[in-house]
Amino acid sequence: MHPLFQSLLSNRPLPVLTDGAWGTMLQSLGLPVGDCPDAWNLTHPDRVEQVARAYVEAGSQIILTNTFGANRIMLERHGLAAQAAAINRAGAEISKRAAGHRAKVFASIGPTGKMLMMGEVSEDDLRAAFEEQGQALAAGGADAIVIETMSDLGEVKAALAAAKTTGLPVVASMTFDSGKNKDRTLMGVTPEEAAEELTHAGADAVGANCGQGIEGYVDICARLHAVTPAPVWIKPNAGLPEVVNGQIVYRVTPQAFAAYAPAMREAGASFLGGCCGSTPDFIRALAEALMR
Amino acid sequence: MEDLQKLYDAIVDGDAKTSKALATQAMEAGLDPKKLLDEYMIPAMNEVGRRFETNEYFVPELLIAARAMKQALEVIKPALVATGAEPVGKVAIGTVKGDLHDIGKNLVAAMLEGGGFEIIDLGVDVAPEKFIHAVKEKGADIVALSALLTTTMPSMKTTIEQLEQAGIRNQVKVMIGGAPVTQKYADEIGADGYSDNASGAVTLARKLMGLA
Repeated sequence: MHPLFQSLLSNRPLPVLTDGAWGTMLQSLGLPVGDCPDAWNLTHPDRVEQVARAYVEAGSQIILTNTFGANRIMLERHGLAAQAAAINRAGAEISKRAAGHRAKVFASIGPTGKMLMMGEVSEDDLRAAFEEQGQALAAGGADAIVIETMSDLGEVKAALAAAKTTGLPVVASMTFDSGKNKDRTLMGVTPEEAAEELTHAGADAVGANCGQGIEGYVDICARLHAVTPAPVWIKPNAGLPEVVNGQIVYRVTPQAFAAYAPAMREAGASFLGGCCGSTPDFIRALAEALMR
Repeated sequence: MEDLQKLYDAIVDGDAKTSKALATQAMEAGLDPKKLLDEYMIPAMNEVGRRFETNEYFVPELLIAARAMKQALEVIKPALVATGAEPVGKVAIGTVKGDLHDIGKNLVAAMLEGGGFEIIDLGVDVAPEKFIHAVKEKGADIVALSALLTTTMPSMKTTIEQLEQAGIRNQVKVMIGGAPVTQKYADEIGADGYSDNASGAVTLARKLMGLA
């Protein structure tokens, strides 16, 4: 196991608490719908830091960065590809400032939104984009990298290989939201395939995030844990969004979410937090449910 | 005919090279393109849809099957047009205003194309006016709206409202889809249909055209 993970995971009760959603928090701070959240690292660093700080204060021992969509292929859609390195570096620096000595910073890398198998993008393009992002995150002081919300094994492996060039430990997490039992990724990957292939490809931790609520991720966590000796990382959504009077709301309460925390610990989760719809209150509720 | 069964198999298996070669042979042999389409190719895509619904197939298999279908369709298209056959329908598809995600939209477009629809792909971040234009000027029968983000779902509602204001809401069917979208939301904003996956979108589009 990577020394950082060893020190994070030993001498304390598991799972280690990570953070919750960023995008919805930034929107409540004024990010307009459709604007590039990652660009705020350069234009509104104070507000991004406010989100990071809120998670540290809620008890997150690991916080992520506002860089989920900051690979050059995704940024290109906003005409911001040229600023990829600056956006990522700033994102890592902001989270590090907020974390201080209280939390570790796991820098976020998300998908490019292009499909490898349709020839929309080549493996070399992916590799180059992720390497640029990973290097900038490392330069900004990230303690680790988390590749998240992936559905294609080809893309996640390209990101993993690129992130490993930084020398930082890397978490590789996929989204299980498809199939009758919601235990496949969009591209049909099972938890077993993900755990095996990602561990083999050098992931320091493997995981599952986004796509569905926490109730569905208990079993997926157990299935990942059964196949890999690597620590398991879990970040479910606060349920699925509903429309109430034209407004989009996540109905799951922090307490209802946190009620699954003991089961998730039993299922072998080493890292636990929330994805879309979750807030600092969810992290507080998790801490309470795990009695710490 | 044995070769046509092979065409069916090639589409189901996603073997584009074979489906193209077999369609070419069939055209050279002077076979009826309409019969080819209705009795082998569309049933093949229906089988692909069935396998998707039962979790035998996932998105990659769906995509390669749609590609094999498209290759065969392109071969028979000139002969099909010559017989006076029209496409099943025209679909103007796009990801709604403010949303830049295109994977779901592209998947649905590929499957609809495989299902015999003519696709007008308007891309991502599509303003309501562009959908209106596609209906008025290009004769789209169906408007298909995609959104990945909860924050951009309201653009679906705006688009439908603008189709109403333009006085063309009753000329066109509106179908919606995307990760956060639900049947309930479709009902609430007055869409004509919703599908939670790309294969179901084809069934839905056929239903909206009065074909199923």
